[in-house]
Amino acid sequence: MDLTPTEEEREFRARLREWLAKVLPELPAKPSPDDWPGRRAYDAGWQRRLYDAGYAGLHWPVDAGGQGAGPTRHLIFLEETERAGAPYVGANFVGLLHAGPTIAAEGTAAQRARWLPPVLRGDEVWCQGFSEPGAGSDLAALRTRAVRDGDEYVVTGSKIWTSHAEVADWCELLVRTTPVGPDTPKHRGITWLAMPMDAPGVTVRPLRTLAGSTEFAEMFLDEVRVPVGNRVGAEDDGWRVTMVTLSFERGTAFVGEVVACRRTLGDLARTAKANGRWDDPVVRRALGRLHGEFGALWRLTQWNVGESERSGGVPGIGGSVFKLAYSHARQELYDVAAQVLGAGSLVLDEEWVLDRLSSLSYTIAAGTSQIQRNIVAERILGLPKGR
Amino acid sequence: MDFQPTEEQRDLRAGVRNLLAGRYGREALRASVESGVCVDRDLWRELGEAGFFALRLPEAEGGVGLGLPEAVLVFEEAGRALVPGPLVATHLAAGAVPGAAAGTAVVTASDLDGSLVAHWGEADAVLGLPGFASTPAEPVRSADPLTPLHRVASAPMPGDHRDEGALLTAALQAGSALRTLELAVRYAGEREQFGRPIGSFQAVKHLCAEMLVRAELARTAVYAAAVTGDPAETAAAKLLADEAAVRNARDCLQVHGGMGFTWEADVHLHLKRAWVRAEQWRTAAEAEELLAADLLEGAVQRVQRRPE
Repeated sequence: MDLTPTEEEREFRARLREWLAKVLPELPAKPSPDDWPGRRAYDAGWQRRLYDAGYAGLHWPVDAGGQGAGPTRHLIFLEETERAGAPYVGANFVGLLHAGPTIAAEGTAAQRARWLPPVLRGDEVWCQGFSEPGAGSDLAALRTRAVRDGDEYVVTGSKIWTSHAEVADWCELLVRTTPVGPDTPKHRGITWLAMPMDAPGVTVRPLRTLAGSTEFAEMFLDEVRVPVGNRVGAEDDGWRVTMVTLSFERGTAFVGEVVACRRTLGDLARTAKANGRWDDPVVRRALGRLHGEFGALWRLTQWNVGESERSGGVPGIGGSVFKLAYSHARQELYDVAAQVLGAGSLVLDEEWVLDRLSSLSYTIAAGTSQIQRNIVAERILGLPKGR
Repeated sequence: MDFQPTEEQRDLRAGVRNLLAGRYGREALRASVESGVCVDRDLWRELGEAGFFALRLPEAEGGVGLGLPEAVLVFEEAGRALVPGPLVATHLAAGAVPGAAAGTAVVTASDLDGSLVAHWGEADAVLGLPGFASTPAEPVRSADPLTPLHRVASAPMPGDHRDEGALLTAALQAGSALRTLELAVRYAGEREQFGRPIGSFQAVKHLCAEMLVRAELARTAVYAAAVTGDPAETAAAKLLADEAAVRNARDCLQVHGGMGFTWEADVHLHLKRAWVRAEQWRTAAEAEELLAADLLEGAVQRVQRRPE
């Protein structure tokens, strides 16, 4: 157990800090949350700067276009970019955090060469076509059909809760290639495809969230033709590939946000000190408790990342433990923020109020807390399957 | 940076687990409850011989020369086995009180708020309180059958040891939280109701899953604090480990149903000890206040460093 940085890690941090201080003042103004093309361009611009400076895909393998640095570098990168107030992954999050790592782990050499560099450069944006109406948490109950026709799949069905669908170039799409039958359980017969979003037959309709934004969309697929070469993994073996995607989604995708939460906590403490709420021991102690909890969550991240590195780079089942603790702590954070703001928490333009609203999705998205608890109980603790 | 335990650290933990499994298993635990003898002097000496108390004493002074990370690993095991007695205080006294390092002396500390002191009657010394034998002390009935309590006129908390005491106590709590999780999972897998193991019901599964989340977060916090020695991380470790030990014991009791409410099940022993430890060295309220102060200080410093 050693948390002391090596000399190289110290140098890396110093170099990165210097670079951030230089480039951040040059960034254009942030577009409004509902300006999707603007957001995409802004996020792509930031990703391109990272790429040109050698900071894109730090912990991705070199033959996947990455830097091949250890996971610790990546954690230092997240700490420093957050500390400096740099943009986060934004519209690139599915490509960088789910689809990209999945293709790096499961794709062929040709697929890695085709899809990964544009993700790292910020040239192509991905979205996630997993959830369906009627089959959200029961992911394997999906019904979108793909029928083989020569060297193409013909896909028909619909997807829902697809973040960034409006601006995406590619979709990591789960389809059913073999119908559920007496001999085919629903987990078999699923295939993982990379679908071009500009293919004929793809229709995207934005959905309005409770925060008022059009954060995600519905997607209708009407005889969309996807080349067989876009399949990652074998036909009907998509569930296994999906588990790899989910392990990244739960295991590493939220890591940067923990640092952001720690920064928010500091801002909250200063605000509370300034507006007098700090004198209320209930508020003060709640902030202290969250400070301890988020500190421990960051340590748990360092622990999990070290462990996944030892087992070949794919995050383990511990991601569900992290996600459970993190998503609840994040909601608690914004409830305490509301205590600090008082009635000000009713004003939508106040800082943290929109974040409070969007934090409500954290115990639902990427697998509900109830599903995560089942996973922890059955797959880590070995309790019997049941209802 | 490598946060995972080294091979040697894993071996050390496994060694202590084996020692305690052979020497202080369930029968020994229940025997101490029945006899009311909480500190088994022979076991204390054997722990001393295994280096439990002298672990962090320099080799030149007859110790093992290891650090806090190793200490929390062995204390986690003692917490798992629910070994009674002033383990933390005796460990802290090694090198200062004769016999503590070897386990031939039992040393307690006035680590509770107010006037209560644990293991006063069984102790050869009280940390930071010379001449304690002449101090008037009144025995009171203790909620934990394995932690006897005395009411003492005045016994100040040994200030120097507060952070280390809190951290080692947190390690005991983390071990207990992991143990009650194991007990709950085992019972949920064996006990049948409505024709199936109760562990197949989501209501029970979700209790167990939350127990794991609490225990793992607490354990990570304890390890991190042991590595950094940071007072705020130590406070966080104590806060999270206290909560994990107490709430896991309660959930374990709930999973055991009616059996959990009996004297015969071990879970009440874990719960009562967790309550004692939560009052030792640093309470939740103190930890939260310390963390709040650390948060504000860091936030203010950040603004001063980098005007926004």
